[in-house]
Amino acid sequence: MTATPLTSTQGAGRAGDKVFSGAALAAGCLILAVLFGVALFLVVQAIPALTAPADKIQGGQGFFAYIWPIVIGTLIAAVIALVIATPIAIGVALFISHFAPRSLASGLGYVVDLLAAIPSVVYGAWGAAFLAKEIAPAYGWLADNMGGLPIFEGPASTTGKTILTAGIVLAVMVLPIITSLSREIFLQTPKLHEEAALALGATRWEMIKMAVLPFARPGIISAVMLGLGRALGETMAVALVLSSGALTASLIQSGNQTIAAEIALNFPEASGIKVSTLIAAGLVLFIITLAVNMIARWVITRHKEFSGAN
Amino acid sequence: MTSTLTPVRSKRSALTKGQLPKYAPYAVLGAALIVGAAILALIGFNAFGWGLVSAILFAIGLVSWSAAVEGSRKAKDKLATCLVVGSFLVALLPLVSVIWTVLVNGVPGLINPGFLTNSMNGVTGAYDNKAVENGTPVLGGIYHALLGTVEITLLATVISVPVGLLTAIYLVEYGQGGRLAKAITFFVDVMTGIPSIVAGLFAAAFFFVVMGPGTKTGAVAAVALSVLMIPVVVRSSEEMLRIVPNELREAAYALGVRKWRTILKVVIPTAISGIASGVTLAIARVIGETAPILVTAGFATSINSNVFGGWMASLPTFIYTQILNPTSPSNPDPSSQRAWGAALVLIILVMLLNLVARLIARIFAPKTGR
Repeated sequence: MTATPLTSTQGAGRAGDKVFSGAALAAGCLILAVLFGVALFLVVQAIPALTAPADKIQGGQGFFAYIWPIVIGTLIAAVIALVIATPIAIGVALFISHFAPRSLASGLGYVVDLLAAIPSVVYGAWGAAFLAKEIAPAYGWLADNMGGLPIFEGPASTTGKTILTAGIVLAVMVLPIITSLSREIFLQTPKLHEEAALALGATRWEMIKMAVLPFARPGIISAVMLGLGRALGETMAVALVLSSGALTASLIQSGNQTIAAEIALNFPEASGIKVSTLIAAGLVLFIITLAVNMIARWVITRHKEFSGAN
Repeated sequence: MTSTLTPVRSKRSALTKGQLPKYAPYAVLGAALIVGAAILALIGFNAFGWGLVSAILFAIGLVSWSAAVEGSRKAKDKLATCLVVGSFLVALLPLVSVIWTVLVNGVPGLINPGFLTNSMNGVTGAYDNKAVENGTPVLGGIYHALLGTVEITLLATVISVPVGLLTAIYLVEYGQGGRLAKAITFFVDVMTGIPSIVAGLFAAAFFFVVMGPGTKTGAVAAVALSVLMIPVVVRSSEEMLRIVPNELREAAYALGVRKWRTILKVVIPTAISGIASGVTLAIARVIGETAPILVTAGFATSINSNVFGGWMASLPTFIYTQILNPTSPSNPDPSSQRAWGAALVLIILVMLLNLVARLIARIFAPKTGR
């Protein structure tokens, strides 16, 4: 049977198809391999620190005694950042999606995105040189008037280089992330729900409370989780702003340390077992952020399925 | 008597009864500014405090007036509006403050002669001390850091763009919602959240295993930046490829064009503006990363143009080291001047990249005017 012109395509074309689809597949698999490699190489390099005798690790008490204060410090800084950033970010997102005039909205959204464009080291420099100095008197006031609370226990730092300042800088950095994600969710609210609420005589706030926020709640939660992931892993803001030290409950004294800042401050001069210790600390940070991000993404996908969004 | 009053009353329509007059917000704002100024005058005036006190007074005044005239539902609405607008203004504060601080501190460093063309090679604390004592210009510049940043970022782009773009093509054209495609999408999303310092540690650990402990070069930093950059490129290219109309692909297939040629000649050219602007935004994102470079490329004071050998400086690490370890510990001012100058250059670079991305997206957008 003779091959018809339709089926006897040039070999080059078929080979090109194979090469191209193979390359695309390989690139996709490479990404999975990289993520796997991140975990693998961190584990390989961290093993010496995890198996080393306790007195070889910095502090002389073993790896877990070394890591837990900075894990707590990381969580404290991230929680401060979220407590400050979440309400403001939701407010900003609502402002852009439902309050600002339509013609201004996209421009204002771009202004908030500019916050995300500024490099983290510049935020760190700003926090250390400007914010810490300006905010130090407020810490003195807090220590004098609310010193009864353990988190505001005096004496307040006079330089202002405390975990609270670092948390505020982190809040500024996660604000655009939470804002842009919640804004998109707010804009996806079914128009009919909004208009039904308004037609029933609801004020704008009642409409938002009844139609927008219930619809957006899973989206807001995952946006906050993604912000948390960023705040946990952010390095420079903390490394430059915080004058670190032992774990303390007071937020307005110098002290505390986060994993990322601990790595950045010590890794360049580290050698031997210290390198392994820091890589192990990085592994702990990786696991924490991975868990947070996976939960956030899972919430988003689940939400997508039943809301019909996207 | 009553007949003279009636026309006055009828001016307010029954429809607008129980509402605040149109001028209410302006009146309350004026009053709040005046009262705020008066309060601040008593305890020492500053612009920030004035704004804060006035804003609080404005919210209290408007809400309580509304509560008295319009009832509690409208008052709650006003309160919510005040809070939402207020949160937007609060969010603008750090942006304005950061840009202002960098401009004020950075301009003296930037206009210093030789700042962009010199490196820090040979600049020691002694020169800085002399500059402070005699008031002579501060020596040293950021040429080596600028060079390092450009080379590292370029290499990272060269690694990330093919991988990212091919992955996006796989997801859109070949994956078709299969298991692998779903897994890749999920892990790309997860990868977006990898802390930058962990990406740096990964690259460092990888090269420690492959090339021997202590390997620190610009290429290691480029690998670390690629880990951060690839997911951003994948996400943006994927979105752009998805919005290419299916009719174009089917028209090409109907003409007997092979799939790979359809992708190369039809799909990618249609989406190229979006892809290019996405790549530019990804570059803007990684160019300011400090932590991964700090743990992978070390920091140098002299010019090193070889990405594959030796420690390398970059703008972010330059800023970081100049602030944290000033060249002259007794006189940190020249160092901080250099750091702020470098910060200004970095911000200008990032803003330019953002601007270029928007321009690309607008100018090269596919023509859809038919």
